[in-house]
Amino acid sequence: MMASDALTGGFADAPTEAARAFRAAMNAMAFPGRIQPITGGQGPAPLSPAAATLLLTLCDPETPLYLAGAHDTQAVRDWVTFHTGAPLVGASEAMFAVGGWEALQPVSAFAIGTSDYPDRAATLIVESAALEQAGSTLTGPGIKETATFSLPEPEVFAANAARFPLGWDAYFTCGDRLAALPRSTKVS
Amino acid sequence: MTTQTAEATQSAYNFAYLDEQTKRMIRRAILKGLAVPGYQVPFASREMPMPYGWGTGGVQVSAATLTPEDCFKVIDQGADDTTNAVSIRKFFERTAQVETTTHTAEATVIQTRHRIPEEPLREDQVLVYQVPIPEPLRFLEPSEVETRKMHALEEYGLMHVKLYEDIARHGAISTAYAYPVKVEGRYVMDPSPIPKFDNPKLEMAAIQLFGAGREQRIYALPPYTQVVSLDFEDHPFDPSKAEHPCDLCGAEDSYLDEVITDDAGSRMFVCSDTDYCLARRDAGHEGAQGARG
Ligand SMILES: [Zn+2]
Repeated sequence: MMASDALTGGFADAPTEAARAFRAAMNAMAFPGRIQPITGGQGPAPLSPAAATLLLTLCDPETPLYLAGAHDTQAVRDWVTFHTGAPLVGASEAMFAVGGWEALQPVSAFAIGTSDYPDRAATLIVESAALEQAGSTLTGPGIKETATFSLPEPEVFAANAARFPLGWDAYFTCGDRLAALPRSTKVS
Repeated sequence: MTTQTAEATQSAYNFAYLDEQTKRMIRRAILKGLAVPGYQVPFASREMPMPYGWGTGGVQVSAATLTPEDCFKVIDQGADDTTNAVSIRKFFERTAQVETTTHTAEATVIQTRHRIPEEPLREDQVLVYQVPIPEPLRFLEPSEVETRKMHALEEYGLMHVKLYEDIARHGAISTAYAYPVKVEGRYVMDPSPIPKFDNPKLEMAAIQLFGAGREQRIYALPPYTQVVSLDFEDHPFDPSKAEHPCDLCGAEDSYLDEVITDDAGSRMFVCSDTDYCLARRDAGHEGAQGARG
């Protein structure tokens, strides 16, 4: 039987809340490493509000989703299924994946697109203990000169960027904030 | 708007017209477009209550982007008051209840057909282009399978050959609109039929989104993305500015339209960006025929 909290925590007014949440997600992707507030959704623990909001905004029956590690609980499964209808799959089939950085390993399992269709690549939602404008130096599209952001394993992201235009893209979520690192961002 | 009409509006339309699943699909395409600047992301274009020539690709991208807090501006070759621009503005006033404006600085989302506003855009603004033909290699290669392969392999030699033939024939590259660019040294991209005068502005602080409805493609440029107009060492890119200032506001840095002013065929040159021209005249600038304007 489905837990009662699976039915709560969706958008109160989906069209406008999804629109606002998408703008936060778009700004994050357009300005790599820049931390943005994002609100609207509330899923069962350990799903952060930011990750829950991203799932509500971007996922549906057309987007296979991988729940990694501690995020793969019955409560999260029920919540995701009820609110998005996204089919739950393994890492290699996933269009979206959510979990802690350790749990998402090995990230080599995720789709990086093909040279004809680089858009057919996974988006990772990396649940993080903290997001800080400090750490790795970022350059590339969306960054005027340089940006700094706390990446879990900078060399992995540098390697992901090195195969551009192939590669996965990542969101980092913590509480009601998020940042993004597309494959186009160079990391040093 | 009264409560009753607000309710009527909400029951008659989804927010910004499109259903949520369609907007999600478009939003996912926009995000992948931003992650791979200049690459054309396929999307399943929907029927819109307007003809394709009216920028249904741009309209769908705007619909997926707008929030109720946005202030929306639409320009058609620089003008806010054409039938096309007015219709699209009204469409989103009605379906998304957004505020609209003609002032570039006030707008947070600007949908455009064939121009980039003269006033530099900011990081908190989004520029949405209506694109008729997104594929810059289409005139060289009609097959979608082949052009996709050319992009995949960075096979842009034919493009350069075509431009160089232009130089051989005309002494210069004759392409004046939709002048191809290379994005971050990787993808060759069609900037939509903007005049090549606008090409240098493609490197800007705002997010740029491109929507082609009939051809079902979305592509994007994040802020500050490197965008280089294709050229040759011995024939560098020339954005070609008209030789004269605007006859109404005296601007020497704007893109001008030639306008016939009477039956005798008198002509004047005026800013194509009508908001820019009006703002300058409001600020006291005057061109050679300013008094008549
Ligand atoms: Zn003027």
